[in-house]
Amino acid sequence: MRPHIREKKCFTFDEVPENTSFEAGYLTTVNSGWRSIRPVINSAKCVGCEQCYLYCPDGVISIQDGKAVIDYDFCKGCGICAKICKIKAIEMEAERK
Amino acid sequence: MSKKFLSGNEAFAEGIRLARPQVISAYPITPQTIVVERLSEMVEDGSLNAEYVHVESEHSAMSCAIGASAAGARAFTATSSQGLLYMAECLYYASGGRFPIVMMNADRSTALPWNIYGDQRDSLSQLDSGWIQAYAENAQEALDLALMSYRIAEDKRVSTPYMANLDGFVLTHTYETVDIPEREQADRFLPPYETDNRIDLDAPKNMAFSAGPDTNYIFKYKEHEGVLAAREVIAETEKAFAEIFGRKYTGLLENYRTEDADYIIVTLGSIAGLCRETADKLRENGVKAGVVRIRYMRPFPNEEVAEVLRNAKAYAVLEKDISFGNEGTVFTNVNSALKKAGADVKGYNFIGGLGGRNISASDIEKIYNDITNGTESVNFIGIGGESNGK
Repeated sequence: MRPHIREKKCFTFDEVPENTSFEAGYLTTVNSGWRSIRPVINSAKCVGCEQCYLYCPDGVISIQDGKAVIDYDFCKGCGICAKICKIKAIEMEAERK
Repeated sequence: MSKKFLSGNEAFAEGIRLARPQVISAYPITPQTIVVERLSEMVEDGSLNAEYVHVESEHSAMSCAIGASAAGARAFTATSSQGLLYMAECLYYASGGRFPIVMMNADRSTALPWNIYGDQRDSLSQLDSGWIQAYAENAQEALDLALMSYRIAEDKRVSTPYMANLDGFVLTHTYETVDIPEREQADRFLPPYETDNRIDLDAPKNMAFSAGPDTNYIFKYKEHEGVLAAREVIAETEKAFAEIFGRKYTGLLENYRTEDADYIIVTLGSIAGLCRETADKLRENGVKAGVVRIRYMRPFPNEEVAEVLRNAKAYAVLEKDISFGNEGTVFTNVNSALKKAGADVKGYNFIGGLGGRNISASDIEKIYNDITNGTESVNFIGIGGESNGK
């Protein structure tokens, strides 16, 4: 499940909880700005073995219709998925700003 | 109710047994005191059903207590002196996270030169950590604070961790006869801990997160409100305590012969008894002497302090603490209370008992004498005023 990006940015006094706990599953911003290279999945090669999904330290890979899909809003570009992919279905490409 | 001959540490442990904590984390090495040893024996013999976690440091002891509290458990730990200072980082996580952990601190000297005798520089250095701070005078009060602490800390209006301070050695290691309440009474007084501020698989939460500048100060404001709310919750709790156990406490401070007093000593903890005896003696000689014992440094009894000192001719703050380069921290707090209330009474600071140095009856008599005649603003008992060495 992908976390929701919270729409609301400002909270009133009464909306701020009494303690530092809040309903889970919300993120305040996307977080991938420092990525310099990005993993690109070759869907024709991908067999959906889930190795990249298991190894991704950021949990941004999911399997959809039997193929790996990357959430670029949160991928940091570490390249572990490309390294772990035995059939070389993932390649790291330079980030184009 | 049964009577036992116990040290302050042991009395506190008896109170904690009655409070039924579910997790106890403790680092057992110096400067730790016997309180956690007694609790480990209670867990071992089955009279206390708690998870007892031996950790590798005081920092971990508090971290473990925070984790337990975040899982919805009633958590306890204890420390002292440098152990409290090593734990300091985590104190703020506990208070900011609004986890109502109870900790006993044996007030002992801090380094350097270090020793394990009593003074109050350890806990007073943590006044700003967001914890409620109570100071016991005797073993019975120690036991009673242990029992009251959870009820105060866990109250939804408060949700703030609670540090009960016992003077090192003078209170923690000396023996007194102590009334031990019945289990049934304790259970009637203190219900099990229930909270929404906990890990819950059915309603997942982010916990102990960071917050940006827009909301951060709102959390801090609410934390302040929580500690302030302890004022009325302490009063309610002491009332309920008196109804069930028959022992009465007097809230944030305890006044002795202050109604008509000209000269008042304000102090903390176990030295108050000797101050009262000295005041009695002076009264026989016609000196109108009184004593104020501050029971809670946080929340601080601003109005109460101002009210009781307002009509005195002079007061002394006797404390086992010094904020180097300024004055004793209790003195700072007391003066601020008077200033805010618009009261103009001459006050003097007496620093004593550092590193466990004895404060004698004649020292206290001299304090009353000095504030009657006027002296320097900040004085070290047995050495003199700060200008002494100049």
